[in-house]
Amino acid sequence: MSETPILAGRQAEGLNVASQSLRRFRGRLTYAAKVSIATCLAVVFLWWVAARLEVVPAMFLPSPFAVASKFWTVWSDGFQDATLWQHLLASVGRVSAALAGAIVVGVVLGFAMHLSETARGVIEPLLEFYRPIPPLAYLPLVIIWFGIGEFAKILVIFLGILPSIMIATNDGLKTVSRDTVNAARSLGATRMQVILLVLLPHALPSILIGTRIGLGTGWATLVAAELVAATRGLGFMIKGAADFLVTDVVILGIFVIAAAAIVMEIALRLVQRFLAPWQGHE
Amino acid sequence: MPNLDIKDVVVRYGESADGSVMALDHVSLTIEPGSFVVALGASGCGKTTLLNLMAGFLQPTSGSATFDGRPIEGPSSERGVVFQHGALMPWLNVIDNVAFGLRLKGTPLRERHERAREMLRLVGLQGVEKRQIWQLSGGMRQRVGVARALTADPDVLLMDEPLGALDALTREQMQELILDIWARTKKSVFFITHGIDEAVFLASKLLVMSPRPGRVVASIDLAFGRRFIEGAKAGDIKARPEFIATRERVKGLVFSSRELAEAPL
Repeated sequence: MSETPILAGRQAEGLNVASQSLRRFRGRLTYAAKVSIATCLAVVFLWWVAARLEVVPAMFLPSPFAVASKFWTVWSDGFQDATLWQHLLASVGRVSAALAGAIVVGVVLGFAMHLSETARGVIEPLLEFYRPIPPLAYLPLVIIWFGIGEFAKILVIFLGILPSIMIATNDGLKTVSRDTVNAARSLGATRMQVILLVLLPHALPSILIGTRIGLGTGWATLVAAELVAATRGLGFMIKGAADFLVTDVVILGIFVIAAAAIVMEIALRLVQRFLAPWQGHE
Repeated sequence: MPNLDIKDVVVRYGESADGSVMALDHVSLTIEPGSFVVALGASGCGKTTLLNLMAGFLQPTSGSATFDGRPIEGPSSERGVVFQHGALMPWLNVIDNVAFGLRLKGTPLRERHERAREMLRLVGLQGVEKRQIWQLSGGMRQRVGVARALTADPDVLLMDEPLGALDALTREQMQELILDIWARTKKSVFFITHGIDEAVFLASKLLVMSPRPGRVVASIDLAFGRRFIEGAKAGDIKARPEFIATRERVKGLVFSSRELAEAPL
């Protein structure tokens, strides 16, 4: 009996510390972030209620816990001859390769459109022609022309990302003030120096925004790219799971894609803050 | 140091013969070494067109623009420009903005920073080398703009309403600073303004311009700026009857030329 008050005291102390750290943690969150967290929790809760009440059969809507436990199974034992990590790595590799290629090609073509009327004349109709076509529509053509190898998959994702980077680069270049370019020229800048030391840094914030938007499209194209003749990848995993009605793996795949996309998005935002800290200050 | 000569220059904007605007109508002037030439006039009188011509951003429709006897075919570091809104590069900090011209020439980092620091001292900016451009006030930005132009060591400094966007107090400080720099570096200056007071105070040669079409209606030799350099206080100079009389005369010229341009044909 004599121990009880001490224990209670300790518990109270522990609780106090916990609530303090919680308050400190809360203090760092913006109002919008709190609303976001609440929204996510509410959706998971509704999902759990729907699964619990079996509004639809569990085969079509597994509970959040079933999906979470599936995560561990797929993580350690794998699904369709590859672990979750291997699927994830394959997909991230494809998206990253496509993104890197799209940044290089997109920036070069965006500059070409800005610097040369001829280049603009050549590129613009082609870009506007293919841009609105969904990747699934030209996927068969890409396969016919480039086979079923890794290159064709990356190419499809690349084509999905490219337009936003090109357009963002070109738009970024349009806003450069004539005075800034003239300032560099009057200090003796050559045409190449104007491009590399004025136009490129000026367009950088816009290029990074285009990259972020393009990345979203890239992930959206991933599943299409992995539909044919893939042996690994999140899109392939989802497609395979859907074929066998393994709904929990489908949902798991969706969550993993979302998580990977969010991580890459956050990384890009950090890059943006690091490379273009002047954005919004001009 | 060489002369900058504008001879019988016409600049027209627009393609067609009748639909075009005549920005400069047979303008001639010379910027002699070490002179402080101020172009004064209402908007639309072709002041900036004239500066663009000297900088090499623009080619005349007819007539000639030469520097040191050679036609001006494009911008060059021998003719430095200071812009109304600074035109600084926000991706570079203060010292790298000032050193930009030397970077273009491939000067090693240590040397160009040393020289940039020297120029920042000349414009009265110390201890802000590592600041970002957006952290500076308007007056500080213009000082950085002047320092940047000076770092490339031009023969002529072309200044396009560099004080136009500043508040009155900062503006007067900057006028004194610019005169000070002019005296110390002994460079020729071409300075655009629509402030009559400022023009009369700074100019060793004042050009009064009239709008539509842009023309030089008067060229007046003045020496108030030189008196400031010789030690007189700016406030005293501006309070002298001689200064006030000149200012009123110039004001009369500016207004009569404007009425002339606006009068119905």
